[in-house]
Amino acid sequence: MTAMGHDMAEAGRGAGAGEMGIFAKRKGEGPLLQVAGLRKHYGARIGCTDVSFDLWPGEVLGIVGESGSGKSTLLSCLAGHLAPDAGQVLFQTADGMQDTLAMAEPARRRLMRTDWAFVHQHARDGLRMGVSAGGNVGERLMAVGARHYGQIRGAATDWLQKVEISADRIDDRPSQFSGGMQQRLQIARNLVTGPRLVFMDEPTGGLDVSVQARLLDLLRGLVREMGLSVIIVTHDLAVVRLLADRLMVMKSGRVVEQGLTDQVLDDPQHGYTQLLVSSVLQV
Amino acid sequence: MTEQAYNFAYLDEQTKRMIRRALLKALAIPGYQVPFASREMPMPYGWGTGGVQVTAACLMPEDRLKVIDQGADDTTNAVSIRRFFQRVAGVAVTESTAEASVIQTRHRIPETALGEGQILVYQVPIPEPLRFLEPRETETRKMHELEEYGLIHVKLYEDIARHGEIATAYAYPVQVEGRYVMDPSPIPKFDNPKLSGNPAIQLFGAGRESRIYAVPPYSAVVSLDFDDHPFVASKADHDCDLCGAGDSYLDEVIVDDAGGRMFVCSDTDFCAGRRADGHRGRLAPEVAG
Repeated sequence: MTAMGHDMAEAGRGAGAGEMGIFAKRKGEGPLLQVAGLRKHYGARIGCTDVSFDLWPGEVLGIVGESGSGKSTLLSCLAGHLAPDAGQVLFQTADGMQDTLAMAEPARRRLMRTDWAFVHQHARDGLRMGVSAGGNVGERLMAVGARHYGQIRGAATDWLQKVEISADRIDDRPSQFSGGMQQRLQIARNLVTGPRLVFMDEPTGGLDVSVQARLLDLLRGLVREMGLSVIIVTHDLAVVRLLADRLMVMKSGRVVEQGLTDQVLDDPQHGYTQLLVSSVLQV
Repeated sequence: MTEQAYNFAYLDEQTKRMIRRALLKALAIPGYQVPFASREMPMPYGWGTGGVQVTAACLMPEDRLKVIDQGADDTTNAVSIRRFFQRVAGVAVTESTAEASVIQTRHRIPETALGEGQILVYQVPIPEPLRFLEPRETETRKMHELEEYGLIHVKLYEDIARHGEIATAYAYPVQVEGRYVMDPSPIPKFDNPKLSGNPAIQLFGAGRESRIYAVPPYSAVVSLDFDDHPFVASKADHDCDLCGAGDSYLDEVIVDDAGGRMFVCSDTDFCAGRRADGHRGRLAPEVAG
């Protein structure tokens, strides 16, 4: 990175902070998630290192980078699927900011099924394939104590319609659904408890472009409507252009550039970001 | 080989002590699955190896043993386990529920109410109620540990969605003393209410899975359900055709090739006792004289 490029990246971060200020003012509260010095090594190899950022309520953060750049490792560390070697992940709970890595396991697991949601790249990793669509959506409700069949089914029907799956498919198993429907079902299953923070790992991976477009449209609507904070990992720049407010570019386990999405994509400073942006095929 | 070649009740004393320690732990933590060093028994897995080991650890020379299989005293499994203990322990045996001090059962709770001082030993094929919902044993243990039992309701939800009611008819999940969710072994759900507040000690042994769990006397055992689909202890909607009982669990028996069938008590001791008292059902044979 040249000295000049570095300075301009700094400037980009500054503008990003201003944007975050708007989010903070709107919600009248502090950041939802604060990550500091996060590091994960696989033996001698770096998974991701020295990652720090704040996520504000209602903000969508995109993490982009090529395969092997550490973005999925980072997401797994944030979501508590992997234990990082160092760093802090502070989440705003009812009792103030708490380090989710130091939290007692019951509390962390409760967080995972109430305030957090995780959308996997492959829907079948996030769904119970042997259980009907209604059961899949209802599982999180039952996990937090819903014990009224009619209400659970009502909520499941509502959510299937919200993700554009017709209500008469409620008793079908996910294996009878198309890939796009499975992905939408997974989203419904995750959002049914009204989480505040959603982790998404390549939610549009493996879907054809028209299905991708509909899914993105749906996601954008839900994010705005529910005021969700989202951390979305993808290698597809079009996805972050559409969804993300802010962007982090990763390479070899490090964050090389971050800032407002449009700023980073339209005026990339770091050499790798420039390469990434220029690699997108124009139709 | 002579009978003297065996220790009392087949297992050696150290093994029995090991099982008794597991039993005490199980009674101290109602519904919790205690691992134990399950032994090879002279019978195939699935025929009650867990129950036999628990019975062997409980038996005393002065005990009176009853063994039932699906409620019946005279079926293969019951007869062979009873003869096994007659031979290796020399204990008295009985078919009468009230007279027995130890009852080993496969998939039923006797109709006759049990009393204090009696031990009911269940044979359990699969002790983990969450097994078919969550295949990872590490994860199910974690779920028990953290009392995360939402998943068991997903199974009941699926039942209602598919059949309009909770169609699980046996091995119906229960929660013991408001804490551990337990598989009551494949007893019909008709028997579930008898688990709760029972004065007898109820012990569950799973041989292949090396697990023992227990329900101490007078424990609260609640069958899980939904607020709008409450638990119903169902049975065939008939009276017993032999003894006329309207409140016992019934077996359906096909009697000819023309669709003829009869319903009889699955608990043979209960049915025979009622007939001896003069109760008669629809198809009971005429009494001579």
